[in-house]
Amino acid sequence: MKGKFISVAIAGLFILSVSFTAGSAEHTQNDEKKDVPEIFFPGTLSSENFPCSKCHRFRPTDRKQRDLKLAHADIVLKHAEKQRWCLDCHDGDKLRLPNGELIDYDKPYILCGQCHGTVFRDWKAGIHGKTTGMWNGVKVYRICVNCHDPHQPKFKQIAPEKQPLRPTEIKLNLR
Amino acid sequence: MVDGIKNFFIALRQIVKGGIRYYAWISFLLILIALGTRTYLQQFELGLITTAMRDQVSWGFYLSNFTFLVGVAAAAVLLVIPAYLYHFKPIKEIVLFGEMVAITAITMCMLFVTVDLGQPLRVWHLLPFVGKMNFPSSLLAWDVIVLSGYLFINLALVLYALYRLSLGKEYRLSLILPLILLSIPWAVSIHTVTAFLYNGFPARPFWNASILAPRFLASAFCSGPAIMLIIFQILRKLTKVEIENRALFKIAELVAYAMGINLFLLGAEVFKEFYSGSIHKAPLEYLYFGLHGKDLLVPWMRTAFIFNVIAFVIFLIPKTRENFVTLNLGAVLIILGVYIEKGLGLIIPGFIPDSLGEIYEYWPAHSEGLITLGIWAFGALIYTLLLKFAIPVYTGDLRFESKTRT
Amino acid sequence: MSKKIRNNPLGINLNRRTLLKGAAAGIAASALPFDKADAVDWDAFLQKHFTELTDEEIRNVIERLEKEASVEWKKEIHIGATKALPGVKFGYGLDLSRCIGCRKCVAACVKENNQSRTPQVQWITVLRFKKGEKWIDLENSEKYYNPELVPEPDYFYLPVQCQQCENPPCVKACPTQATWKEPDGIVVIDYNWCIGCRYCMTACPYGARRFNWARPEIPVNELNPETHYLGNRPRYKGVVEKCTFCVQRTRSGRFPACVEACPVGARKFGNLLDPKSEIRYLIGNKRVFRLREDINTEPKFYYFFAYGR
Repeated sequence: MKGKFISVAIAGLFILSVSFTAGSAEHTQNDEKKDVPEIFFPGTLSSENFPCSKCHRFRPTDRKQRDLKLAHADIVLKHAEKQRWCLDCHDGDKLRLPNGELIDYDKPYILCGQCHGTVFRDWKAGIHGKTTGMWNGVKVYRICVNCHDPHQPKFKQIAPEKQPLRPTEIKLNLR
Repeated sequence: MVDGIKNFFIALRQIVKGGIRYYAWISFLLILIALGTRTYLQQFELGLITTAMRDQVSWGFYLSNFTFLVGVAAAAVLLVIPAYLYHFKPIKEIVLFGEMVAITAITMCMLFVTVDLGQPLRVWHLLPFVGKMNFPSSLLAWDVIVLSGYLFINLALVLYALYRLSLGKEYRLSLILPLILLSIPWAVSIHTVTAFLYNGFPARPFWNASILAPRFLASAFCSGPAIMLIIFQILRKLTKVEIENRALFKIAELVAYAMGINLFLLGAEVFKEFYSGSIHKAPLEYLYFGLHGKDLLVPWMRTAFIFNVIAFVIFLIPKTRENFVTLNLGAVLIILGVYIEKGLGLIIPGFIPDSLGEIYEYWPAHSEGLITLGIWAFGALIYTLLLKFAIPVYTGDLRFESKTRT
Repeated sequence: MSKKIRNNPLGINLNRRTLLKGAAAGIAASALPFDKADAVDWDAFLQKHFTELTDEEIRNVIERLEKEASVEWKKEIHIGATKALPGVKFGYGLDLSRCIGCRKCVAACVKENNQSRTPQVQWITVLRFKKGEKWIDLENSEKYYNPELVPEPDYFYLPVQCQQCENPPCVKACPTQATWKEPDGIVVIDYNWCIGCRYCMTACPYGARRFNWARPEIPVNELNPETHYLGNRPRYKGVVEKCTFCVQRTRSGRFPACVEACPVGARKFGNLLDPKSEIRYLIGNKRVFRLREDINTEPKFYYFFAYGR
C-alpha cells in the first residue's frame, strides 16, 4: 500500500503534474496557525472519496475489536492496535480526533499530529518526509498518507539497487 | 661558432662510435625502451584502465618509482658535501659522476609523473605563466619547481665542468661554488618537498606523520649512494677512470649511518602506531601483518626489512664494509630493500585502507611493469651516453678544438 | 600552426600568453593525432581556464563543446553555464535515522549526472554498518552489501558523496587550479583543464572523487542532454569528476536528483544563508554531525538524526 504510494509519487514527479488543493474555508474548528504547507503531491483526498455512510448507516455501530470478515478484510491494523480500533479515528464520513472533533480527509496530518507531535512539527518545517519543487520557491510536500499506510505506518522493506562493482571487476572493455 | 659546430660533431662522434659491447648494450636498452613506448601508447589510447590503479588506490607503481628516484637524485648531495665542503679528494674526483646520476634520476622522475597523468597533453597547464600553476598552495607545484631547479643546477655543474675539461682547463671553483653550495640544500629540498607532497593531508593518516620527510631523506641517503657504489665499480672495471677504494669505503660508511637512522625512524614509527594503537595503525598493520586477511605486501615488507638490517650490519662493520664481496652484497640488498620499502611500502599503503575503509590490494599490472622498465632503460641510456662522452673528457682522451686554446 | 591559431573561432586575443601556449602546444604537437588535427582540436587543446574566460569566450567555448559532444555522443547536448546565485551557499542534510540503504540515490545520480556505465563510475557510496559497533573503523563497513531487501534489521546506512567542504583539501592540492570552490560553495572541476594527476583524490578525506580510467560509456538513450559546463556534461577519459550538488539543477532552483529520488525523504537541501531554510532549521534543531570534523574541512554536508531510533 505504502510502497504503491511511493512509486506513484516518484513516477508522478517526473510528469510534474502538481495538483493544488484549493484552500477550503471549512476547517475553522481547528485553531491551527497557518504554518502548514499548502501544496501537496499527489494531492489530498477529500471526504467524497470516503462515502462510508453509504453502507454504515445501515449497520449498527460495533465498537468491539474483532476480525473483520464482511468488509475491510484487507485492512490489517498494525498501528498501536492494542489501544485502538476503527472508530477511534473514523466517524461517519470524517476523521475523528481524540477529543471527538471531526475533520475532513484532506487534512489527515492534523489527526496524525495529535500523537506524533514532533514529527508533525518536523514535517511542517520540511524536515520530515520528502519535499520536491523548488528549494528557493514553491515547495511540494507529501501528506502523511502519501507515504505511510495509516493502518500500517511502518515502511515495508524494498529491494535495493545493485551493489557497485569492486575495483577488481572494473576492467578494460575491449569490444 | 664554427668551433661550436665542430665540437658538437666531435661529441656526437664520440657517442655514436663504440665497440661491440657498447652497441649491444645500447641495442638492449633501445629494445626495452621500444617495448615501454609501445605499452605506453596503448595506455595513452585506452586510458589508465590498463593499469591496476583504481579509485581506491589512485597512485601506484609509477609514483612509487618517482619517489624512489627523487631519493636517488637527492643522494648526489652525499657526494657533494665531502667533496666540496670537506675537500675529501677521492670523492671530489668522482662527484661529477654522482651529479650525472642526479640528472638521470630527475629525468626519469619527470617521465614517471608524465606517464601517470590522465591527460598528458595538458601538462602545460601546470607551468607557471603559461598555464595556471597552483603555487604556493599545491605541493605538486612546488615539486615541479624544485625538481626542474635541481635538474638545472646539476646540468649546469656537469656541463660547465665537462666544457672546461674538454678544453683542457681546470674548472674555476670560485665560479661554480655558489651553485654547488646551493645544490646541497636544494637536494634536501627536493626530497623534503616530495615527502610533503604525501605528508600534508589528514585524509591519509599513514603519511600524515611529521617523521615522513626525515624517513624519506634517510632512506634516500641509503639507496642513492648504494647505486653509485655499484656504478663506480663498473666504471672502474670497464674504463680508464680511476676511483680510489677509499672513496668507495667512505660512501659505504655514510650509507651505514643513513641506514642506521632509517631503521631508527622506522622503529619510532612502529612504536608510535602500535603502542598508541589508534585506528591510524591500520596501514602499518596491513604492511607488516596484514589487515582483515589481506596481506599481499607482507612478505615483501618483511624481506625488505631483513635486507635493510643485514646491509646495515655489513656496512657498519669496517671489515665487511671494506671487503668487496660483502660490500656489493650489502649495496644490492640496500637497493632492493629501499626500493621495496619506499615504492611499495611508503606510497601504496597510504591508500590502504582507502578513506572509506575499503581494502583494495593493489599490485602493478603487466603494462605498468613494462612502462616502468622502459623508463629505467631510458635512464640507463641517458647515463650511458653521458658517460660515453664524459669519461674520455675526464681522462683527457677527448679534447675540443678552440682557437683560444692555451 | 600559427595560421591555425590566427584563424581560431574562439576570438581570443593573440596576446603573448596565447602565443606562449602555442609554443607549448608545439612541443606536444608530435603526440597529437594528426589525422584529425583540425582547428577544433587546437582550440580544444589551447582552451583557457574556465575562470579566465570572458562571457563571450564562454559562449564560444560552449558552442564548440556542444558541437563536439553532439558528434561524439550522437545526441544533441545542451551545455549551460549558469553562474552562482548571489546570497546563496548550498547546504545538504541527510537523515541517518531514515536512510534505508536502498541506493536509489546512487541510481538517480548516475542517470542525472551522465556517469560512465562502463567503466562504472558512481559519485555516491552507501556504506553499511552493523548496529552496536564502532563506526570510526571504516574498514568494518560494507560497501558491497547485497541483501534481497533493505533496510536490514541489524544494520544502518551512511551514504557518502562530495561534502562540498568550505575548506577543501582537494582544491589546495590541485596543481593546476582545475578544481575550485564557487561562490555558492560548490567545489567544481573544469574537465577541460584537469590534467588527471589524481592528487585531489589523494587529498580528499571522503573518497568522493572519481577518475575516468577509460573513455566513459553511456547508452545514447540514457544520456541526459541537459548539462552544465561545471557539472554533468559528458566527461573525458583521464579526468577527475565528483558530485556537484547537481549544479545544473540547483542553480535554477531545482533540488538535486538524489533528493528527489530518496523514497523516504531522508535527503534535505537548501540555502545555508537563508535563516528560514529547511537546512538551517535542521542544523539549529536536530542532532547534527559532519564527517571527520577533526580535520577542519568544514563540510557543508550535515548528517542528522530527526528521529530517536
